[in-house]
Amino acid sequence: MTTNQTTTDTPPAAIDPRLLVREAGFAGYLEEFKRKMKSGDLGSVPVVLGLILIAAIFQTVSGDFLNADNLTNITKWIAGPGLIAVGIVFVLLLGEIDLSLGSVAGVSAAIASVLSVRSGLNEWLAVLIAMGVGIGMGALHGFFFAKIGVPAFVVTLAGMLAWMGLQNSVLGDKGTVNLLNDGVIAKLDTYFLGDGDVFFTWAFALLGIALFGAGQLIDSRRRSAAGLAARPMSEIALRTGVIAVIGLVAAYMLNQDRGLPLPLVVFFGIVVVTDFVLRRTSYGRQIFAVGGGVEAARRAGINVAWVRISVFMISAGMASLGGLFIASQQGSADKLLGGGSVLMNSIAAAVIGGTSLFGGRGKTWSALLGILVIQSIITGLDLVHVNQAIQYMITGAVLLGAVVLDSVSRRTQKSSGRG
Amino acid sequence: MTGAPVLALRGVSKRFGAVQALTDVQLEVHAGEVVALVGDNGAGKSTLVKTIAGVHPIDEGVIEWDGKPVGINRPQDAQHLGVATVYQDLALCDNLDVVGNLFLGRELKKFGTLDEVGMEKRAKELLDTLSIRIPSVRIPIAALSGGQRQVVAIARALVGDPKIVILDEPTAALGVEQTAQVLDLVERLRERGLGVILISHNMADVKAVADTVAVLRLGRNNGVFEVASTSHEEIISAITGATENAVTRRQARLAEDAK
Repeated sequence: MTTNQTTTDTPPAAIDPRLLVREAGFAGYLEEFKRKMKSGDLGSVPVVLGLILIAAIFQTVSGDFLNADNLTNITKWIAGPGLIAVGIVFVLLLGEIDLSLGSVAGVSAAIASVLSVRSGLNEWLAVLIAMGVGIGMGALHGFFFAKIGVPAFVVTLAGMLAWMGLQNSVLGDKGTVNLLNDGVIAKLDTYFLGDGDVFFTWAFALLGIALFGAGQLIDSRRRSAAGLAARPMSEIALRTGVIAVIGLVAAYMLNQDRGLPLPLVVFFGIVVVTDFVLRRTSYGRQIFAVGGGVEAARRAGINVAWVRISVFMISAGMASLGGLFIASQQGSADKLLGGGSVLMNSIAAAVIGGTSLFGGRGKTWSALLGILVIQSIITGLDLVHVNQAIQYMITGAVLLGAVVLDSVSRRTQKSSGRG
Repeated sequence: MTGAPVLALRGVSKRFGAVQALTDVQLEVHAGEVVALVGDNGAGKSTLVKTIAGVHPIDEGVIEWDGKPVGINRPQDAQHLGVATVYQDLALCDNLDVVGNLFLGRELKKFGTLDEVGMEKRAKELLDTLSIRIPSVRIPIAALSGGQRQVVAIARALVGDPKIVILDEPTAALGVEQTAQVLDLVERLRERGLGVILISHNMADVKAVADTVAVLRLGRNNGVFEVASTSHEEIISAITGATENAVTRRQARLAEDAK
């Protein structure tokens, strides 16, 4: 910009009274928080409240919910459906839906187990092939959606049926393949880092807290060095403090039981990486842009078709990895894997966590928070011996509640001009 | 306005199915020149702009850039050449914040990741030099008023340091003060040696800032005028095709009779 010379003689602009001026310091942070709540920008507050409520209810009813053993199980079980939910978040950011992910997870588990158990192939190779096939299915969905123009809903509905058929034919007449004991796939679920060494749990928690705090500090330093509004130290301390308490309590609880479960590490790692991709890379920015306005994205020179195809590849890739974790958890791959309520739970998790069904708003952390809610409900209901039929109804009601919240907060945001 | 034009269209035609949107259109834009593109609704102004911007590839004719023929088949081609376009419908992403929109498609990066701090700083500088005031550069576009969105869209066109800026009805939705700001901005672009193509229905705006007026009528050229030496009425009649009607015929006959 060379226009600087032309404006040097103009007086400094008076502050426009309509501008949002945030008070410095902690009071400003509270003000901002109140304003966000009022304008419908609820963030993750409802989910956190929901989790506390769920834990409180089941703890009082069953008395076992907050046991270290139960909490550890929850952190293990969320990996499979949680990874599928991460895939769902990507697709929802485009404002689309992928109904095939349950079947993709099933096919992936079937291929990996049949190749490794029946054909005796190296397990790592079998896993790679299964994931490759899954990503290929995603590419196919993406191609029909982005290049041919078939609505994603229909493409993935067709995919759901077709891949379910593929899953059955891969598994053959016997139908169920038991995983190798102590094999790679079996260990996905059963392995605890360092065979339950408490050191790993503390190190993992402290590393996460340190990275979070350092990230906030560096960001704040850079912003104030550039003369921009930065988070005050008090706010950084508060945020890091909250994260630290959660992390350390979680680490303590895990160490009361078997230590740090591998599925939790993998799931957490993938959430962190995908969150980074979405927020800090131009590819992530492109996904948000396509979700917020296809025409605007196209005119900005973004290859919309490629973004769409690649997002469907990512979602299917996440689903195939999720399928392997589900297989590992049940010890076998069968015809029902990925069927039933798996897909619905994952979609519900993404939405409950705060990713909008209407596209352009969301983050992969919502997959983690949402699946925690869903899995806590399922586990809690199991603890108090509520039968499957009631579980479905309750999960359905929670999903509806989350979508209502999404729709209402969207309307509030519109009316207060923050859509 | 000496030397070869930065951008020249020679005999450009474009068809959409049964509709011949553009027929044999000529247009030249020099560095430091503001060309107003005027015409009635459906005259083909927007289509012409979209062919330059790469949204609709041309069917026939040649587009020349600095005197050399070039192919503009995709929006990226136009962007790489140095054409920036502000569309009437703005084409902003509602869910992204102002910074995200300003740098969409040409994000600043550091170590392969988005340089949010750098982008926010440049965005603020850019908006300050254009005296644009918005509540915050970190709120979503959906939260801005129509006028604010327009100035963000124009500011966005300048981020990539273009050579040609196309403004499609930039003042149509603006209040008095913001219109004046946009016209000031157009003059500042000319001072910086950019070519500006300004689509407008507002003759006052055109007379105020344009050097040349190119008139389109039913997808064809209908005259190119120097603004300084052309009256309001001449331009209007070229737009409406009123040069050929009962009144003008009578005037012509009376003039002949008078001889």
